[in-house]
Amino acid sequence: MSADKFSNPVVRWIDHRLPIFSFMDHELNEYPTPKNLNYFWNFGSLAGVSLVIMIVTGIVLAMSYTPHVDYAFQSVERIMRDVNHGWLLRYIHMNGASFFFIVVFIHIFRGLYYGSYKAPRELLWILGVLILLLMMATAFMGYVLPWGQMSFWGATVITNLFSAIPFVGDSIVTFLWGGFSVDNPTLNRFFALHYLMPFLIVGVVILHLVALHRFGSNNPIGIDPSGPQDTVPFHPYYTIKDFFGLSVFLTLFAAAIFFFPNFMGHPDNYIPANPMQTPAHIVPEWYFLPFYAILRAVPDKLGGVLAMFGAIAVLFILPWLDRSPIRSGNFRPVFKIFFWVFFADCIALGYLGGMPAEGIYVVLSRVATAWYFLHFLVILPLLSVIETPKPLPQSLSKSVLGGSAMAGAASAVKEKV
Amino acid sequence: MAKTNTSKQEDTHVDGRRRDFIVVASYAMAGIGAAAVAWPLIDQMNPAADTLALASIEVDISKIDIGQSITVKWRGKPVFIRHRTEDEINTAQSVELSQLKDPQLDVDRVSNPKYLVMIGVCTHLGCVPLGQKTGEIKGEYDGWFCPCHGSHYDSSGRIRKGPAPVNLEIPPYTFETESLIKIG
Repeated sequence: MSADKFSNPVVRWIDHRLPIFSFMDHELNEYPTPKNLNYFWNFGSLAGVSLVIMIVTGIVLAMSYTPHVDYAFQSVERIMRDVNHGWLLRYIHMNGASFFFIVVFIHIFRGLYYGSYKAPRELLWILGVLILLLMMATAFMGYVLPWGQMSFWGATVITNLFSAIPFVGDSIVTFLWGGFSVDNPTLNRFFALHYLMPFLIVGVVILHLVALHRFGSNNPIGIDPSGPQDTVPFHPYYTIKDFFGLSVFLTLFAAAIFFFPNFMGHPDNYIPANPMQTPAHIVPEWYFLPFYAILRAVPDKLGGVLAMFGAIAVLFILPWLDRSPIRSGNFRPVFKIFFWVFFADCIALGYLGGMPAEGIYVVLSRVATAWYFLHFLVILPLLSVIETPKPLPQSLSKSVLGGSAMAGAASAVKEKV
Repeated sequence: MAKTNTSKQEDTHVDGRRRDFIVVASYAMAGIGAAAVAWPLIDQMNPAADTLALASIEVDISKIDIGQSITVKWRGKPVFIRHRTEDEINTAQSVELSQLKDPQLDVDRVSNPKYLVMIGVCTHLGCVPLGQKTGEIKGEYDGWFCPCHGSHYDSSGRIRKGPAPVNLEIPPYTFETESLIKIG
């Protein structure tokens, strides 16, 4: 808190009264960060940048969008054809959603592999799952706004999920619609909420960061830094690394926007919404496919809905399902195998969610769904009891500098490089 | 850039300058990139292509009798078209330039003296002046009168009295035929 670390007298004057500069210096400059973070630790800041990109382009798009069933589709086409750079702004926003989910999914799998959800970071993890839920709600409502066929029928199907709730289901669905079908009141409220929710996400992200900075980042070895020799200041070491990762990310993002902007969308959404006719094969956006597969795998309406929400809910209690004190998967040989099986299972669910619900796909969806829950509810608790972990290195520095004679440390160094 | 006091001061100095160059070049590139990204976000608020496409209209003026005015909408603003009487034309043409706040000859404000075409927006703060309809206050100079802050315009739409700084604006227009004008 020493004010004299700033040479500029204006900064010093302000900082004495409002220590905003001390705060930024503490959290963004000198913030001690484990020195062995690999590139998987870039995805948190990438997610933050994605959120900012979505909010900025979203606000700009809202200036030309009309949330009315008679004008919504037209106003989006007007953005594409007539508004200055409108095509670019819409393609950034549209592909930005997909890239945001790509980044967040990698961020989550990073946390799953390196045990970033374990004590003392349980709340950090739970806040993250909450962000995921808010993101899913925001993305779903955003997809409804262009009012194409997929928008309309996606909205119809997803809101109808709530009709599975016993006794009050139908009343809840009518409440969500503001009528007796998805119509203008639904579109209006979805627009209002789609504008609101990103700012709720910003709020939870701030809490996520406060929780993160309480104990600092986890790291690929998964043991706590034992002192200053195990950490480096965030700036310039990780700012420059984050910027490098960001430029790679933006390059890929730009490639998608300029060369295949509709690759991750569905052509049917360029047909205006028609409440009289459902498209032959409706699928949600790709990032919902694993959850959609779980929904369809269960041959019972309420059961399917519960399984789908359960797939997220189980993440909330993950810190108490995996009781192993070893964080990093690098030192858990059996866990490591099951982690990759689980990863493959999620990819399989994503594939199956995009396939028609018939024949072999139904069987495979059921197997994959069963495995998803088996992994969390049986395998992880069991592994924490029966698995023998590899010996941990004594400190981050030793593992980095190769000073440790232990086998685990040597392999960890290879991981990092 | 931190310079260490070593025996090779010359070398560190050169290194420092090289590093400064890299830093400045990086910031410059980042600045250019940021500006390039910011421009579409700002420019989207400018008129869109379909708005610009509506920027010209055609008006049939054959139905306007002498002494009558019509108001048409062009670019969201009222345009006054007045078929002036001989009296009004004579008065407008005989005014001495020295009496005008914004000196301009009547002939410079019309392409056909019979028809006065101008944007009906007070040059003070954007209200629409009175004087188009019969019975409305036409001001002290028998033209138009802005009720918001009391600007008086003459029969050529020139400011004569009140806070408005300049004459009523003349939109770009042409006579397509005797009785058809294209505004914009």
